[in-house]
Amino acid sequence: MNLSVENISFTYPGGAEALRGVTLDIASGEAVAIVGENGAGKTTLVKHLNGLLKPTRGRVIVGEWDTREHTVAKMAARVGFVFQNPDDQIIERTVGDEVAFGPRQLGQSAPDALANATAALEMVELAAESGTHPYDLTAPQRKLMTLASVLAMRTPVVIFDEPTMGQDARGVALIGNIIETLKSEDRTVIIITHDIDFCADHFERVVAMADGRVLADGPAADVLAQADLLATTNVEPPQLIRLAQALGLPGAPLSTDGFIASLRRRDGTR
Amino acid sequence: MIRLDRVSYSYPRATSPALNDLSVDIPAGQFCAVIGANGAGKSTLCSALAGFVPHFYRGRLTGTVEVAGIDIAASSLAELAGTVGLVFSNPFNQITGARFSVRDEVAFGLENMGVPRAEMETRIDYILQFAGLAGLAERPPFALSGGQQQRLAIASVLVMRPRVLVLDEPTSQLDPVGSREVFTVLRDLAATDEATVVLAEQKLEWVAAFADRVLVLHEGRLVADGLPGDILASPDLQRYGLEPTRYTRAARAAQAAGLRPEGDTLPVTLEQAAEFFA
Repeated sequence: MNLSVENISFTYPGGAEALRGVTLDIASGEAVAIVGENGAGKTTLVKHLNGLLKPTRGRVIVGEWDTREHTVAKMAARVGFVFQNPDDQIIERTVGDEVAFGPRQLGQSAPDALANATAALEMVELAAESGTHPYDLTAPQRKLMTLASVLAMRTPVVIFDEPTMGQDARGVALIGNIIETLKSEDRTVIIITHDIDFCADHFERVVAMADGRVLADGPAADVLAQADLLATTNVEPPQLIRLAQALGLPGAPLSTDGFIASLRRRDGTR
Repeated sequence: MIRLDRVSYSYPRATSPALNDLSVDIPAGQFCAVIGANGAGKSTLCSALAGFVPHFYRGRLTGTVEVAGIDIAASSLAELAGTVGLVFSNPFNQITGARFSVRDEVAFGLENMGVPRAEMETRIDYILQFAGLAGLAERPPFALSGGQQQRLAIASVLVMRPRVLVLDEPTSQLDPVGSREVFTVLRDLAATDEATVVLAEQKLEWVAAFADRVLVLHEGRLVADGLPGDILASPDLQRYGLEPTRYTRAARAAQAAGLRPEGDTLPVTLEQAAEFFA
């Protein structure tokens, strides 16, 4: 499902202008990471993709639908959204019901909703907690649960706001695997993250935002290598690119293998 | 400054202890990082240093937790508040909800401490400037973005100038430059003996670059204690559910590929890695 953000601006009621002319086209099956300083407008932008916010100027098209003409409930069938703070979206009294809530709202039959919920809980390794009250989970587990509740809706577009926040190495790896699975199913994945190394691991395209505008948009290796540009929005390149640049190595390695290849190239020419 | 002697603790109704026979001494002015997988006991340790364990959470605490000469179990949260500052990982749990502006939120702790008004104003102005919140001073705290709320939570604690600062993943919502600024301030506070700092953190790159000492918790036990360079480059790290920094991983890969000799000390920071690969 294609997403098209057409020169949108947005001003919060009585507040500042949070978006100032953002244009972005995201094709079906793309994996896009949005980075940028606190207050750059990242969350405001993605809230436009599922219609939670409607642009003050410009328009957002989600697979032919103009978000201004459709309710959030209807948009939910197309765009799943995992909030930054899991406690902003918990409704039910058990983990199993919570994860089945979304699919049921979309009109899935009870058995289908249950099957999708069970599969999603298995993906986040919480199947054993199905009968637990959401607030008896630890905060990182609650975050994984809200991720499952969006996965269970099987939407063509999935948006994660800071998915790795508070996760340990195992949780980060788990979320990385989920993103790779979604990509392999040709679903569109969009994340907001300050975790630049995570971004380098899983996202082919990076959008850097500052002050309500798009600062840079392109392949991860191009955008994440521009240290000076990223610094203007309080972002630093990933560890391996910083190291490669400190060493004057060719290229912008995103992975250990890429770094080793750069190293061989330099050492080979010595 | 901080002394734990055979400390064990179980939350009410828990079947296994969250802290299991922990003994450690942290001298004044040290910047000490606590790392471990989720559930290892990091947050519980932070809560114990601030007295929330056992005074708020109840449960069963054995052994001794002593902070700045105060026995935690024998003292009250009110007595501890002037000595120990705790920054929670989720700012939502920290912000009082009783104040209508960022400025008043920061004033809350100082008012409770009875700081004179003129001094209070100076300290608040300084800390709001430092936290990048000066322009947002009149906003309602919950109207701030996640990252701004986190900076407010840190500012509200720093403004009280506690001798012991305990922070539980304080920069999880901050952008990288904002995180670096916070860690720099923490290091400077420790280096100038203004505060003793205990930091629970998942991002090992920051731990490597800023901490004086690293404690590793695993299933409630202290399983390693040493210098960041030794602990973070140790082959044991992954056994405790932790991933080494990309610098260490790249160095190991280079050794495995025969590009660098085995046995060289592995880097854990950018500077060390630049030297390793030079």
